[in-house]
Amino acid sequence: MNPHRRAPLVRLAAVLVYIFLYAPIVGLILYSFNASRTNVTFEGFITAFSSSVQMDGSLVTASPCGPFHWYCDLAKNNDVMGAAGNTLTIAITATIISTIIGTMAAIALQRYDFKMKPFSQLALYVPIVIPEIVMGIGVLTLFSQLFTWLNTTLDLTGSARLSLGIATVTISHIAFMIPFVTLVVQARLQGFDKSYEEAAMDLGANEWTTFRRVTLPMILPGVLSGGLLAFTLSLDDFVITFFTSGPGSTTLPIYVYGLLRRIITPQVNALSTVWILVVFLAVLALQVLQNRESKDRA
Amino acid sequence: MLKRLRENKSAQGTLLALPTTLWLFVLLIIPLFLTLIVSFGKRSPDGNVIFTFTLDNYIRLIGFSSDCAAGQATCFDPLYLQILWRSLTLAFNTTVLVILLAYPLAYFIARAEPKKRSTYLFMVLIPLWTNFVIRVYAWMMLLRKEGAINIIIGTVAHWLGFNFVPFEMLYTPGAVLVGMVYEFLPFMILPIYTSLEKIDNSLYEAAADLGANAVRTFTKVTLPLSMPGVVAGTILVFIPVMGTFIVSDILGGKQVILVGNLIQRQFLDARDPTFGSAASLILMALTLIVTYFYTRKFGFGEEIVAA
Repeated sequence: MNPHRRAPLVRLAAVLVYIFLYAPIVGLILYSFNASRTNVTFEGFITAFSSSVQMDGSLVTASPCGPFHWYCDLAKNNDVMGAAGNTLTIAITATIISTIIGTMAAIALQRYDFKMKPFSQLALYVPIVIPEIVMGIGVLTLFSQLFTWLNTTLDLTGSARLSLGIATVTISHIAFMIPFVTLVVQARLQGFDKSYEEAAMDLGANEWTTFRRVTLPMILPGVLSGGLLAFTLSLDDFVITFFTSGPGSTTLPIYVYGLLRRIITPQVNALSTVWILVVFLAVLALQVLQNRESKDRA
Repeated sequence: MLKRLRENKSAQGTLLALPTTLWLFVLLIIPLFLTLIVSFGKRSPDGNVIFTFTLDNYIRLIGFSSDCAAGQATCFDPLYLQILWRSLTLAFNTTVLVILLAYPLAYFIARAEPKKRSTYLFMVLIPLWTNFVIRVYAWMMLLRKEGAINIIIGTVAHWLGFNFVPFEMLYTPGAVLVGMVYEFLPFMILPIYTSLEKIDNSLYEAAADLGANAVRTFTKVTLPLSMPGVVAGTILVFIPVMGTFIVSDILGGKQVILVGNLIQRQFLDARDPTFGSAASLILMALTLIVTYFYTRKFGFGEEIVAA
């Protein structure tokens, strides 16, 4: 019997589920080339390549960018660019910090014994079992109470007053990113024998040299994929950011959410398409990393 | 000092784990306790928190008003209980539908040739990593009166000679259900795939040798062995569906209010953080209770990490 023989019914179901997964995304991308300004109906593609822009009523008949009219519009939109900048600033900062301290924790939990260990291990599972909204309003309450108290006791006024912003979003992101980094690196460390490190120590290397020359090269793929996972989670986060951001720290998901409650133009679709493309490349990179890692082990 | 640290392995471990432990303690554990304290507080006229001890918020949640004389018939208003019940049933329905859709696809991928498997899996990861808000927006475009679904049904009906009047599918409970199923489907596919992939081929061969037909092989071999994946997937789907407010906000309009929407409004529009805190603690308690009993019954696999 062929082990890979599948019932045709299973194949059909799989195809239908894939269609269900991709139809909305394909639709979204198609509409980013919509000639209609309101994006309510699809009025055909923006086709004419012309240097003069004629706009009759609600239709974009020609654009210097050709069919990529909405993409050009997007690049000129300062709000979008500002939100993209915030999103990247937060994600990069939070990824660096969470990857470093998350990896340290993974090494501690996997290679050392200490009193606090059960508590640290337990704390890592908290974000998995509680709904994100509970975490979101929790940190919001923490920051607002803390800031109210500090602002009154230190008598801070004007621009010195502490308020929600990029810093509070970044700090909160790090909190939910750490467990993912730690769990991924821990899994990687589990696969490696302690004896490599012990051999290095026996040969006279100190802790730091052992870490730099033996442990780090072994776990590096794990650290990178943990970091990349954390980075994507930060770029993607809506709920935690929603509760911890202030007026000047809008990220892309928050910006899009705001748009959905007002008027929607195909610009949102153009933004989504660019975003999906970036995600596609990130997932591809992650996949390549993981494939290399599994080859390493084999 | 440094020399002593070099010899003390336990102190080294503590130091390495300290930043993470502190960070999680300050930003996860303390906020949870703070939420608990706030939930016993009172709302000040300007929407701030007055710290005191009262059960008013919880009493309000189960439908009674605190400033209401005992025995008054109009006192009981099950509005919030209805919202809780709606969230629970929606989470349950979503989970069941997601399992029904995810299982065949996970099975298909797990039984595919090893070379093709990573491509098929990659195809699951793309929708998973596409932003949550964008995916809700995609459904908003499909479901509205002028949307693609109405156009397709209209075209097919026209071919068949029927008269079809496009109707608004947006802002209905059905739209919210479809949106939820779509958002969380990948979270079920991955763990089920992980547990199916582990099943040794020889088990299928043995079942075939012993004369089991396809149905019997599935119910006696495949299904029991893939249960850890289904359990892990259920946790990954059920918990977030209970707390999500974007899907119901965008696809449900004001028609479908879930616990998530209730909590969000207390912190923004309604400005009653004390009531919002009580509601979110009830939400957390509900999800923890369901998760606890569910995992105690079916066990808790390592599949949860795979996703």
